[in-house]
Amino acid sequence: MSVESIETSETAPLSVPNPINAKRRDLALRIAVPFLVIGVLIVIWEFYVVLSGVPPYILPGPGAVAAAFINDWGTLAPALWVTTQITLISLVLALIGGVGFAIFLVQSRWIEIAFYPLAVILQVTPIVAISPLILIYAPSTQVALLICAFLVAFFPILSNMVQGLKSVDHNLINLFELYGASRWQTLIYLKIPAAQPYFMTGLRIGGGLALIAAVVAEFAAGSAGAGSGLAFRLLESQYRMNIPRLFAALFMLSMLGVAIFAITSFISWLSLHRWHESSLKREN
Amino acid sequence: MSLAETKAAPSKETRKRPLVVMQSVSKVFSSGTIALSGMSLTVESGEFISLLGPSGCGKSTALRIIAGLGDATSGKIDWPSSRINSQGLPEGDIGFVFQEPTLMPWKTVFGNVYLPLKLRGVSKAQARDRIMEVLATVGLQDFADAYPRELSGGMKMRVSIARALVTKPKLLLMDEPFAALDEITRQKLNDDVLRLWKATGITVIFVTHSVFESAYLSNRIVVMKARPGRVHADFPLTTSLERDSHYRTSEEYRRACETASRSLIEAIGGAEEH
Repeated sequence: MSVESIETSETAPLSVPNPINAKRRDLALRIAVPFLVIGVLIVIWEFYVVLSGVPPYILPGPGAVAAAFINDWGTLAPALWVTTQITLISLVLALIGGVGFAIFLVQSRWIEIAFYPLAVILQVTPIVAISPLILIYAPSTQVALLICAFLVAFFPILSNMVQGLKSVDHNLINLFELYGASRWQTLIYLKIPAAQPYFMTGLRIGGGLALIAAVVAEFAAGSAGAGSGLAFRLLESQYRMNIPRLFAALFMLSMLGVAIFAITSFISWLSLHRWHESSLKREN
Repeated sequence: MSLAETKAAPSKETRKRPLVVMQSVSKVFSSGTIALSGMSLTVESGEFISLLGPSGCGKSTALRIIAGLGDATSGKIDWPSSRINSQGLPEGDIGFVFQEPTLMPWKTVFGNVYLPLKLRGVSKAQARDRIMEVLATVGLQDFADAYPRELSGGMKMRVSIARALVTKPKLLLMDEPFAALDEITRQKLNDDVLRLWKATGITVIFVTHSVFESAYLSNRIVVMKARPGRVHADFPLTTSLERDSHYRTSEEYRRACETASRSLIEAIGGAEEH
């Protein structure tokens, strides 16, 4: 009997996972796995190019793209900088405009009834369709691109912010009223903080859209020369059949998109992780 | 009247003058529903009143009107012993505890309790001692830096009570505050509220649909009737016993429950005849 019980206790030790190690391993895997997938895809790409004998002006291999990335850095980097600037400036303007307009809209039901449809009309009209007009009215191509990107990023920020400002717990509004809070105090201490999660959603969507709009608008505007962005370099590479450079420019756009996504997600995490349910980890 | 005086047992002078007088207050919602019909109630300083009734009897509406959240359609509310501000409310004299804890999730416990003082322009440094004091009275002094999501339902409710008490109000209005909590937590919080009431001499109006809760807590029960909401019965509840776990098993408590229960059944029965 006693031997048996000793045996069982030895053969079935309760394994208690070390939480810190488990966390570290989880983090390492979360970084390693996506990179592994991308790496495998690049290898498959290389093999396909080598084995099928596709000419580099149709599909260059990863090596040729990497070479173009390094050799054409002098041409591509300024274009990347232009696109980055347009995207970020338009995003900042859209944030200021979207939040400001949202606060204005929720001040009264009649203001919302009067102005919200205008914002919707602006949103549903395809930006490519308005861009010729904007090009005519804007003082320069850069400003035109900025306006286009602004218009696209503006709406998700506005609509999310309006939603957020209106979804405040009614009892909290009652509480503020009970303590004689002014309209201004209710806005600053209650409505704007309560709208934070919605604002962050608008920021993440708006950030992605601002980049897309900056590229699409440049396609439509057909800018050229020294002040042009990555979209122009893409078209130019296509005309010249310089496909490796086209891929390199595309890679840059992707990286810019990833960077914007990472930054906006990080800002969102910073402001929400301490209190909001969306950043709460499930324990089961 | 200074806040310090309120904390002491009510003096003879304030006893003479009632704290709140509701004079045939009616409330009709824009939908046409008559929530309250000619409700009159005189609340003396230091009372613990339970508003007991079925849902739809207007007990929460009455509480909100007293708090100044929404005006009465007719009738009026007087505050004979308080200074009145421009909004017709007694200056800083009301604390309100809602059905839900109603905390700001982005603020810590400290920040939530600080809110009423912040809205009045009291600096954080000046408010700190008072906030820590009131957190200690609800047993949460160690949780000042916690966020609401880290707390249990009962603890959130305690924060809500601490926030209501931080301004040292004369009148504490509680709108079915513990309805969503489990029985054990609820009893614990009931004892806490009783302790606070005894220690501060504050006047409490407590809305509930629980006969047992009203019989355990209050020294006066106002039973209300639905459709339209009005007062059905109003009786005092005096006991020589200390209200604690012994009281819960006493003959007096049983009789109090019976009286309240009978009255509530009458009130519900009366409503169904319509």
